[in-house]
Amino acid sequence: MNLASLYRPLVAVDPLFTAGVGLEEVLIVALKVVVAFTLLLVSVMLMIWFERKLHADMTNRVGPNIAGPFGLLQTLADGIKLFFKEDLRPAAGDKRVFGLAPYLTLIPAFLMFTVVPVGGDFHNGDGTVTWFGNTTHLQVADPPIGILFVLAMSSMAVYGIMLAGWSSGSKYPLFGSVRASAQMVSYEAALGLSLVAVLIKSGTLSTHEIVASQADGWNWNLWVTGFIPFIVFMIASTAELNRPPFDLVEAEQEIVGGFHTEYSSIRFSLFFLGEYMNVVTMSGVMVTLFFGGPDGPIPFLTSLGWLWGIFWFVLKVVAFCFTFIWFRATLPRFRYDQLMDLGWKLLIPLSLGWLIALASLDLARSEGWNRGLVGVIAFGGLVLMGLLLNAAVNAGQRKRLAGEGVD
Amino acid sequence: MELTSTWYLVLAAILFAIGTVGLLVRRNPLVMFMCVELMLNAVNLTFVTFGAELNDIGGEISVFFVLVVAAAEVVVGLAIIVAIMRRRSGTTADDISVLRG
Amino acid sequence: MELVVFLIAGFFAILGAIGLIASRNPVHSALSLVMSLFAVAVLFLNQDAQFLAAVQVIVYAGAIVVLFLFVIMLLGVDESEDLSIEPIAGQRPVALLVGIGVLVLSVFFVAVSADGGATGAESLTAPKVDSITQSSTVSATEQLTDDVPGADDEQVDGAENDPNINQLGRALFTDYVFAFEVTALLLTIAVVGAVLLARKPKGELAPMPDIVVRSAHSPSSTSSNSPDGDGEVAPADDAAAASTEETA
Repeated sequence: MNLASLYRPLVAVDPLFTAGVGLEEVLIVALKVVVAFTLLLVSVMLMIWFERKLHADMTNRVGPNIAGPFGLLQTLADGIKLFFKEDLRPAAGDKRVFGLAPYLTLIPAFLMFTVVPVGGDFHNGDGTVTWFGNTTHLQVADPPIGILFVLAMSSMAVYGIMLAGWSSGSKYPLFGSVRASAQMVSYEAALGLSLVAVLIKSGTLSTHEIVASQADGWNWNLWVTGFIPFIVFMIASTAELNRPPFDLVEAEQEIVGGFHTEYSSIRFSLFFLGEYMNVVTMSGVMVTLFFGGPDGPIPFLTSLGWLWGIFWFVLKVVAFCFTFIWFRATLPRFRYDQLMDLGWKLLIPLSLGWLIALASLDLARSEGWNRGLVGVIAFGGLVLMGLLLNAAVNAGQRKRLAGEGVD
Repeated sequence: MELTSTWYLVLAAILFAIGTVGLLVRRNPLVMFMCVELMLNAVNLTFVTFGAELNDIGGEISVFFVLVVAAAEVVVGLAIIVAIMRRRSGTTADDISVLRG
Repeated sequence: MELVVFLIAGFFAILGAIGLIASRNPVHSALSLVMSLFAVAVLFLNQDAQFLAAVQVIVYAGAIVVLFLFVIMLLGVDESEDLSIEPIAGQRPVALLVGIGVLVLSVFFVAVSADGGATGAESLTAPKVDSITQSSTVSATEQLTDDVPGADDEQVDGAENDPNINQLGRALFTDYVFAFEVTALLLTIAVVGAVLLARKPKGELAPMPDIVVRSAHSPSSTSSNSPDGDGEVAPADDAAAASTEETA
């Protein structure tokens, strides 16, 4: 069965669809979706175990070691326990939105993962695999606006948290959720700006193309864009994920749980599933943008190059998850005003200024100007603007404190 | 049954009409504002449809600008609503009938 | 296939719009608006405007409606509006009449004219090429390119074989660069204005003017506001008076 007219708008650049969308293509996409979802769920389970074990190790404890070998099945045990708990619904809240909110956190988390390339051989090929005569990319979807889709889904993730707090019908969850959404919205800007630096260097929005443009090992966007966009993206994504040290959202009142105070049983587990899924996905996105995705040396078995791609991708994602857990174990929590200051007064101007400097260097290269001179002017200007901004912020703060009296 | 641009334009007209009715009927200032946003979206859809029909990128450019202006307008409009509502809670659009205050 | 997507997205758009105007709770209205916005983004995708679809979700659904929800939640405006009260007699039928009039007029124009009323000629200077099917990494086969009119004729340097965002960017920074700069200025002004408007006022405020609520209920509203001395949220008796107006 071959449909007469292929579906043009989302045909994208996946070589699977060049010959039209028929039953075979639909089945392959469905298979990819099932595999990706299963992979994500298993990785979330392992991530939770990894976090508890590693955090315990860093704080001189043992961590889960009873359920399964090395406590590997602890997450499963917790999930089953949560499943059997009583499902409480607050009387004073909005029941429909209360039920909807966990799904609004979970669905964007999974959708984000669909555009992340998890494997493929970019050295000897173009990152595609051919199974049963069908060539396809090793990602669920490759829309031409790939990275914008990631940004869109992280914008949608704000809704789950905001509505969860509001629909609980009580003060502390509302307070916590409003702070959480303010935090997430503020750091989205820094996220987007550091992303644009990558886009300038890669020249495309499609995740497959971004990974292909870094396929050399020496072309990783990590050093091609300078290290600053990566650092800004890392900090901004930690804040987006509500991970420590930016986790006052969840541990704000320390005993009361912030936006998920009133949630129990399955809904609570959905929130946590969504949060850890977001961690894994964001790590995947960072690896794709800055670390070349599945890029890595292929010492032997070159015919199975795509498997090597998966191996290197998983290794890098695990390294990032390790870093997130490391942050949790070592860093103290940010106070809310310190957090907002960091986002608005440091990260946004820094990423914006760096972006302008990178763009001017790019322009210099294409116009044939003296790149060294342009670099000095651009980065010198960046430093100067940074100093001016710092002076202005300090002056404003001094005036405010003098007006109110020192707190 | 072929999908021509007429279908999109009729859908946009329906959305615009629903937004108009909502704007005229509701009294909560925030809901009225949201109806205005719905109308703007209907217009965006019309622009994109004509852009696709005439193969002109200008349709999408217009939508780009409408989006930016709508964002700016929402920011200022909500600031005004916040400033008014802070002083009297529970106001509706009928109550805000004098320029002072 | 595009027809199926159009029908589904159109259904959800209309459902969201009706939910927006018919919900009593403003938060439900906001969520219905989000559904409508998503449906419109899918319709953009259906017409090959991918960048706009993504920006629609990021800006409209992801920032503007979040702002609405912030205001709704923080100001506590989520007491449900009583939809059965009509402040001006006969307002609702007239509004319905106006809505139907608008709808009938627009649909009439669209249905009567050819090409859905598109009276312009096809663009020569800013062509929009069907970007997916001619993306440079896909080998353009015959069946993909034969239904894009004029794509081979226009040779605006590099406009062919460009993804949608490249075409958009090129037009934005060459033909429409002045408008672009003006919108940058507009956004700056909006931010400054919003910060100024939303600041807590310092010092004494003028006494509140008497408001005459021209509503079908409660004539007791003329003296219900006490002067606010320091810009705090209206004191309890004011709120009580306001709520008795609403529930009368």
